[in-house]
Amino acid sequence: MNEEIKSYTISLYTENNIGLLNRVSAIFQRRHINIESLTTSQSEIDDVFRFVIVVNITEAQAAKIVRQFEKQVEVIRAYYHTDEQTIYTESCMFKIKSALLFEEPQIQNIIKDSNSRIVTVNKEFFVLEKSGRRHEIESLRRDLNVFGIMQFVRAGRIAVTKDEMRVTDMLMAFNNHNN
Amino acid sequence: MNTQTENKTQEVASKTMRISGSEAVVRSLIAEGVDILYGYPGGAIMPVYDELFKFQDQIHHVLTRHEQGAAHAAQGYARISGKVGVAMATSGPGATNLVTGIADAQIDSTPLVCITGQVFSHLLGSDAFQETDIVGISTPVTKWNCQVTKAADIPKALAKAFYIAKSGRPGPVLVDITKDAQVGELDFEYEPCKGVRSYIPVPKTNPADVQAAADLINAAKKPMIVWGQGVILGKAEEELKAVIEKAGIPSAWTILGASAIPTSHPLNIGMVGMHGNYAPNKLTNECDVLIAIGMRFDDRVTGKLDSYAKQAKVIHFDIDPAEVDKNVKTDVAVIGDSKDSLAQLLPLLEAKSHEAWLQEFKDLYAIEFEKVIKHDIHPVKEGLTMGEVLRQINEETKGQAAIVSDVGQHQMIACRYADFKVTKSNITSGGLGTMGFALPAAIGAKMGAPDREVVAIIGDGGYQMNIQELGTIFQTKVPVKIVVLNNEFLGMVRQWQQLFFDKRYASTEMTNPDFVTIAKGYHIDAKRVSKREELADAVKEMIASENSYFLEVCVEKEDNVFPMVPTGASVSDVRLS
Ligand SMILES: Cc1ncc(C[n+]2csc(CCOP(=O)(O)OP(=O)(O)O)c2C)c(N)n1
Repeated sequence: MNEEIKSYTISLYTENNIGLLNRVSAIFQRRHINIESLTTSQSEIDDVFRFVIVVNITEAQAAKIVRQFEKQVEVIRAYYHTDEQTIYTESCMFKIKSALLFEEPQIQNIIKDSNSRIVTVNKEFFVLEKSGRRHEIESLRRDLNVFGIMQFVRAGRIAVTKDEMRVTDMLMAFNNHNN
Repeated sequence: MNTQTENKTQEVASKTMRISGSEAVVRSLIAEGVDILYGYPGGAIMPVYDELFKFQDQIHHVLTRHEQGAAHAAQGYARISGKVGVAMATSGPGATNLVTGIADAQIDSTPLVCITGQVFSHLLGSDAFQETDIVGISTPVTKWNCQVTKAADIPKALAKAFYIAKSGRPGPVLVDITKDAQVGELDFEYEPCKGVRSYIPVPKTNPADVQAAADLINAAKKPMIVWGQGVILGKAEEELKAVIEKAGIPSAWTILGASAIPTSHPLNIGMVGMHGNYAPNKLTNECDVLIAIGMRFDDRVTGKLDSYAKQAKVIHFDIDPAEVDKNVKTDVAVIGDSKDSLAQLLPLLEAKSHEAWLQEFKDLYAIEFEKVIKHDIHPVKEGLTMGEVLRQINEETKGQAAIVSDVGQHQMIACRYADFKVTKSNITSGGLGTMGFALPAAIGAKMGAPDREVVAIIGDGGYQMNIQELGTIFQTKVPVKIVVLNNEFLGMVRQWQQLFFDKRYASTEMTNPDFVTIAKGYHIDAKRVSKREELADAVKEMIASENSYFLEVCVEKEDNVFPMVPTGASVSDVRLS
């Protein structure tokens, strides 16, 4: 297997369990793997949650770690994918002084060119939201930094895979088996 | 159970009744068939103890002298009986004292249900008296755990706990129950758990994989099997024996696999690993097909991975997909229950014998016998050896005893020289190497198999780690036999200091108390021997005793255990001296 360190997106379909995040992070921690980003949300299936975790590891590590996840009782399925195998995005928000909108007309161009969106404006500040690839977000942050950013926050990657996940099939099979 | 009584139990169990959470705990245990548990009371678990008091004709609680003792006793019980061991403790320190036993059970795949009391749920997170986040603490060392804060959730949580602990690859689970859940009420109805949708305990063996394994084995000139505890946990001893005998494969075992096949079986070539036998360690690097069955390629087994069986095709039978390719890259993986997989394998194998190959093991054994074994079990020097004590025990028990060993030199000697004839006879802390394991585990083992002779073999160091459990032996009168091999050193560490730290014996020499007097203080029959002439009679007297018995054997202070694969060395660089 390839020994090259790459960015892998690990997707977990899980039961909603309070302790699970602890188990998930312990698996990374024990192996000294840094979590680049972690997002949890409802999945396409009612009562099933989805973790999207980005880590920089080798494929051999990814394969092993996915098996460790599947071993956890409350993990339904675990997968790993390369960036090419997923459609992914990140989003972020900027809080910026409203006065700058008028004092620095350039900002308006930056907003337009970056395909970002103004969420709210009031007398003191306005909030800008942008989603896209990391490098786009980074370049927007650099551009705006020149004028001063009051707050910046970026959310973890969310990703869907190009191939099918087949989790529903698995849950159906369980239900049929137990009825 | 016949169907009539079965229906009746179901009827009783499914009749709803309004009871307290703590009564539900006890009734759930009884419904799971638990008749014994080990524990220690305290504030946050007192309501459950009150119910245990009321149900004492149906379920027996053994008061150990420390919660660690309770966990290890439950482990000993589970290991010998194949049933789930149950340990109970209060919140805070009671719960944290269980943790070593839980970690031990996790790494050695022992089914354990631990029940801990917890502070009232409204106090959670407030640093209340004896509040500790035991669910958080135990997460990395449990197969599953949960906290229950409502009485109504107790039966379901316990049903799930038992199901998860014993199914698939077994392991410890912990259920933390807040005090309000214990005192609250519920409509009790117990339904055993039959499945958890996110959990596949036993993956189905894929016949194509079995065929691929059979093809490799049939074509092999120098096949070698290394089996582990997966054979015992999967109750696959007979299937393994049939496979070994039909295909004529020399077969070795890991420390936890010991006793699945009798020691004296002609194809049993001994133990692998750091202090395993010379032949199987050396020839691991000469076999052409290595068949691993229910073992996990622990580093104490493989030595340096880069030079472990590199010449061989590797077949790995295991129930846990996470073990495949974890440490050693496999050519064929057969994932599934060991009993089922081996039963499928058997008819596909060609009947063979590998006489010349087997002879290579015998030749190396002869070398090991001359250089090591002879001196260990038939010593001529003055001081007593651990090995000759084992030989005496073998003779007296005719190999029928379950040997419960602690951790250190005596453990390696016990596993190397015990003459196992019956499966589930080697109870030891393999993966975690927990000193202090043996005394409480022996108590649990004897209670789990009252008809078996249970002999604990313990070092003078490890004995003092849970020596308080003599109190449990005294109180319960459980007739375990305790042998302390006293070398007045933390022997295994001293051996490393001698070999790798120029004999700088930093904090390994021990000034010990009078162990015989201590045992007698607990009214346990006790004897000390330090001369060879006294040994045979002393062992005879101990085994003949109907009661618990303590035997201290003063052995040579600075003996070493060989063979040895030094840390980081290849298995084929195993040393004989
Ligand atoms: C709880 C624990 N602490 C420390 C160790 C490290 N250790 C491994 S073997 C050993 C020495 C054991 O000495 P003793 O019990 O006297 O047995 P011997 O080796 O002399 O037979 C030690 C300290 C351990 N395994 N477990």
